Amino acid sequence: MLLELKNLEVAYGDYQVVWGVSLNVDEGEVVTLLGPNGSGKSTVLNTISGLVPVMRGDILVSGASIIGRPTHHRAGLGIAHVLERRRVFPHLTVQQNLLLGAWHREARSKRDATIAKVASMFPILRDRANQLANSLSGGEQQMLALARGLMAMPRLLMVDEPFLGLAPQIVEQMKDIFENIRKTGIAILFIEQNVRLALSMADRGYVLESGRLAVAGESKSLVNDKTVRKVFLGE
Amino acid sequence: MCVKLLPQPDICMSSDVIIQAIVSGLLMGLIYALVAVGLSLIFGLMEIVNFAHGEFLMLSMFFSFWLWVLVGLDPLLSIPLVAAALAICGFATHYGIVRHILKAPMLAQICATFGLAIAIRSLAQFLWTPDFRTIQDPLVAGRIEIGGIFIGQPQLVAGLVCLTAFIGLWLFVSRTETGLALQATAQDREAAAVMGIPTDRMFALGWAIGLACVAVAGSMLSAFYFVFPDVGINFALLAFVAVALGGFGSIMGSLAAGISIGLVESLGGVLISPSYKSLIVFGLYFAVVLIRPTGLFGRY
Repeated sequence: MLLELKNLEVAYGDYQVVWGVSLNVDEGEVVTLLGPNGSGKSTVLNTISGLVPVMRGDILVSGASIIGRPTHHRAGLGIAHVLERRRVFPHLTVQQNLLLGAWHREARSKRDATIAKVASMFPILRDRANQLANSLSGGEQQMLALARGLMAMPRLLMVDEPFLGLAPQIVEQMKDIFENIRKTGIAILFIEQNVRLALSMADRGYVLESGRLAVAGESKSLVNDKTVRKVFLGE
Repeated sequence: MCVKLLPQPDICMSSDVIIQAIVSGLLMGLIYALVAVGLSLIFGLMEIVNFAHGEFLMLSMFFSFWLWVLVGLDPLLSIPLVAAALAICGFATHYGIVRHILKAPMLAQICATFGLAIAIRSLAQFLWTPDFRTIQDPLVAGRIEIGGIFIGQPQLVAGLVCLTAFIGLWLFVSRTETGLALQATAQDREAAAVMGIPTDRMFALGWAIGLACVAVAGSMLSAFYFVFPDVGINFALLAFVAVALGGFGSIMGSLAAGISIGLVESLGGVLISPSYKSLIVFGLYFAVVLIRPTGLFGRY
């Protein structure tokens, strides 16, 4: 198993936000983490990348616990995290953003090859290589954020709300990009609020409600699941 | 040529005096700029205001002074030693104090570096007494005359050394991978961390580089300025003005602002009155802060 969360509990100070969440992602799988606003989805991803400390429970990558490893070591373990709201480096160029994506040793040694691959996936970024990141449109910034994540040569790409605020035709384009990433064998764990969209892309899904796992399963079975409807539509 | 003075329009001043003031202001401004850029770099990186900045300047001046007294090493030659010593001070400040207060309330952060300032200044007074000291017969002394303009050679060398240090810093930050990682950490430390950039080490490096800049400026100052425990206070104030003018975190902004302050101070001293020169500088600062709070070149 590539990634395994075991009874994860997370608190900000005295305020617990994640309660006993267990989930796993296998090599090459596409998994979505669903849930309404404030249900703890981003916190789960931030805990996996070490930005937020674990209170109880365990995080395993390829069977080994990564608890206590500082954030900057986790990229080297094959985990890339594309943060919510893109978070590109606004005053650096597209090219510089991409180069920084391949920071850890292994990625850096193959940086030129990776950048060529990434550029063929995102031709728009090649055209804008020398532009400052903050001059890009929202969709282009999201592509840069994804491309920068891929520069780390991850085995697991975690993406927090990739479709947030994107125009419908960009969403379609982004779906194709995800499909292309999946074809390269990289596993994807992504957060999305649009249930139908997310389940149309993912193999499996987990639904969080107030920091607890409400339901999990294959995308096909979740589409018509009663609990999913209850969580999202209040039915 | 005749230049009219503002308070006394009937007095005529030769243009030589003005050019003289511009040259002196420019050279002093380069020193101000190098002190300011260290402050700006540290703030830009981790949003910590180093209130002990002037005290580190004072420390570097004393290091330079004692290397001259005890070893006979001229300030110009001891620059690498003093810079290395202050870089070590930078690492020590980060790992000993700053990293523990990064997530603390702002008041605690202010107290930490302000307390450090008082501790260093008091220690200097205890160890070296409040006496004013000067370096006698430095390697470069006297002045040269170019077309009626007199330039103090220590000031000229100091300005050139500071400018060189500035160019070096700019090349490092904008052209090297480590420099890019520093910029990335300044712009978004979480995004930098998830990409594998060791942000804590970047912070420490920022302190080391920031204080090494101060060290270069301090070494150069010690060749022609009094060395005493309170010497840093005024320079630190001017550095704060420069950083506010130039924009927090902007390297070129610090350069432009430092030079502007040097020019305003020296021209104001000549055209209006030397006793008003600080008033003019701080008046300018007040005006810019009111009109453009992010500084002339600021992003933040």
